[in-house]
Amino acid sequence: MATLFEKIWDNHLVREETAGQSTLLYIDRHYIHEVTSPQAFSGLRETGRKVRRPDLTVAVMDHNVPTSDRTLPIKDEIARRQIEQLAKNCQEFDVPLLDLHHPDQGIVHIIGPELGLTQPGMTIVCGDSHTSTHGAFGSLAFGIGTSEVEHVLATQTLWQARPKTMEVRFVGSRPFGTTAKDMILALIRQIGIAGATGHVIEYTGAAVTALSMEERMTLCNMSIEAGARAGMVSPDHVTIDYLQSRPYVPQGAQFESARKQWLELATDPGSVFDRVVEVDIRQLAPMVTWGTNPEMSAPITESVPDPALETDPDRADTMRRALAYMGLTPGIPLNQIPVQRVFVGSCTNGRLDDLRRAASIIKGQRVAAGVRAMVVPGSGRVKRSAEEEGLDSVFKDAGFEWREPGCSMCLGMNEDILEPGERAASTSNRNFEGRQGRGGRTHLVSPEMAAAAAITGHLVDVRALGLEVRS
Amino acid sequence: MNPFTTHTGMVAPLRRSNVDTDQIIPKQFLKRIERTGFGQFLFYDWRFNENGLPNSDFVLNQPPYNHATILIAGPNFGCGSSREHAPWALMDFGFRVIIAPSFADIFYNNCFQNGLLPLTLEDPDINRLFDLTTRSREWALTVNLEEQTVKSADGQFESHFDIHPERREKLLRGLDPIGETLLFTSAIGAYEKYHAVPLVPSSL
Ligand code: SF4
Repeated sequence: MATLFEKIWDNHLVREETAGQSTLLYIDRHYIHEVTSPQAFSGLRETGRKVRRPDLTVAVMDHNVPTSDRTLPIKDEIARRQIEQLAKNCQEFDVPLLDLHHPDQGIVHIIGPELGLTQPGMTIVCGDSHTSTHGAFGSLAFGIGTSEVEHVLATQTLWQARPKTMEVRFVGSRPFGTTAKDMILALIRQIGIAGATGHVIEYTGAAVTALSMEERMTLCNMSIEAGARAGMVSPDHVTIDYLQSRPYVPQGAQFESARKQWLELATDPGSVFDRVVEVDIRQLAPMVTWGTNPEMSAPITESVPDPALETDPDRADTMRRALAYMGLTPGIPLNQIPVQRVFVGSCTNGRLDDLRRAASIIKGQRVAAGVRAMVVPGSGRVKRSAEEEGLDSVFKDAGFEWREPGCSMCLGMNEDILEPGERAASTSNRNFEGRQGRGGRTHLVSPEMAAAAAITGHLVDVRALGLEVRS
Repeated sequence: MNPFTTHTGMVAPLRRSNVDTDQIIPKQFLKRIERTGFGQFLFYDWRFNENGLPNSDFVLNQPPYNHATILIAGPNFGCGSSREHAPWALMDFGFRVIIAPSFADIFYNNCFQNGLLPLTLEDPDINRLFDLTTRSREWALTVNLEEQTVKSADGQFESHFDIHPERREKLLRGLDPIGETLLFTSAIGAYEKYHAVPLVPSSL
């Protein structure tokens, strides 16, 4: 009897933990992007080391790339240097690269799964905290720093202390008009942004099995926002169906044998976790954040909370600081907060399914006056498929900008940023101070809620619009 | 990596919880391809006003805290993004030790890769440190990793801290972690023989 995590962990021990030393874990897949890798490659160069397994490594340009016309040169000199450096490094060390002009370029956590490079049972790392996304496939996927990127490049292994396990069991089924984004925001609100520190989460319950792969990725993506090392879902027929048609997944008889192994990875009934948390979602409503970290959220039906009612002085102080930054007064209904910007995209909600959901709200509507709204598809594939379905026209006709793939306004490393004081409804994952631009104010929401905010000009309960909402 | 054995330095109090790595080093400074030169951008949005002038309300702009080498902060320090630029910026600014009740996992790990000591103390100790450093600005602590102690020269503060023995050992010896792992190359090779992984095609 073992959990999914235990099976993967035990299967990747190059060297078991000893008294004085942690575990040496083998890494099956290493994703790389331009921002957290240059210093790692310099390290290899300085020590004369090689990339041990370029054939298990994939690089992509995503964080820093412009989302405007790519036939034009990159204006930002330092950004251009970083992007070119990745190309140079990949060439010198033989690492496969999806560059700016590759048709499948996109956000690292979107391209891995959609190309089938992410598969169940793998250990997956990337110099990026949202690597937890890949856990949706039943892999053990976590973010690392640049020194560890260099370590994996050189050795294909990592020293790891065994994390604790946590089952997050969703109780009840997801009510109409709510999404995986609302489920994960509800969890983070319940346990806090450090609530899962030191743990690997496995999401369970009928509401999780009912989710599509895209939705499971949204769920696992934000595990790090609860402080978790990783988030995962046991593989099942939904996983298999998604993988079947992916370009780099084994085909034919090989697929059949892989399928069997993948399904066997699922947590055995009766397995024991170090901790179990139940999240009751029977009354779940669309969530929005009101503060400056992802635990500061509330159902859209509520009001901005009052720090005066908070009994813990440190928490009250943190709330006051957050509300001052956000320019919000306690007591105002959340659905009256005006927004000037709307962002649909990121590794949390930049997949085709997310775009379809947003488009279903937008169709035939107009972006409210004074709102600038943009869609940044998560990858070239997402963008092409969306265009084949005509989603680009739905967005453009409504007044949305339709841009090239990348991280974009999720972290605002390129020119897609909020101006000081500007307020955004954003489908991304972090509402930290300055995350989307200095002085910018971020409200995290689902794609449906972002779409609803775009057409009304304020945060609003998408269920109250009388529009068609996919359940 | 340079070894860390003991360190004596002045202390700066940063009384905030959940300081995220986006605050420690904002994204616009992550475009550099070197490991150095990040100190000037540390806590940029807090240290500088929108016109680029130093914000005198921020603790690290107040002498002598601007020369501090030990930082005290609230719980869950270093949450959010995995960017190792955060410990690089802290070290480049001059910090050698960060003391907090708790740290986020990835940041904690990144500190050790760079010889920056993230040290956890219980809340009462942290609160006393906040009080003492706020009361007397020219206040120094000595952190002794071998003995696992934190002491002030004036005898007002003394505490013991816990740290994983393996982490302690690596910091004390200042090892090259990759060099150490490469000693296990044959074990890695042996593992690869029976563990097949789907490959990434060389041209995607
Ligand atoms: S979309 Fe945002 S969270 Fe995701 S990898 Fe890019 S910057 Fe990170």
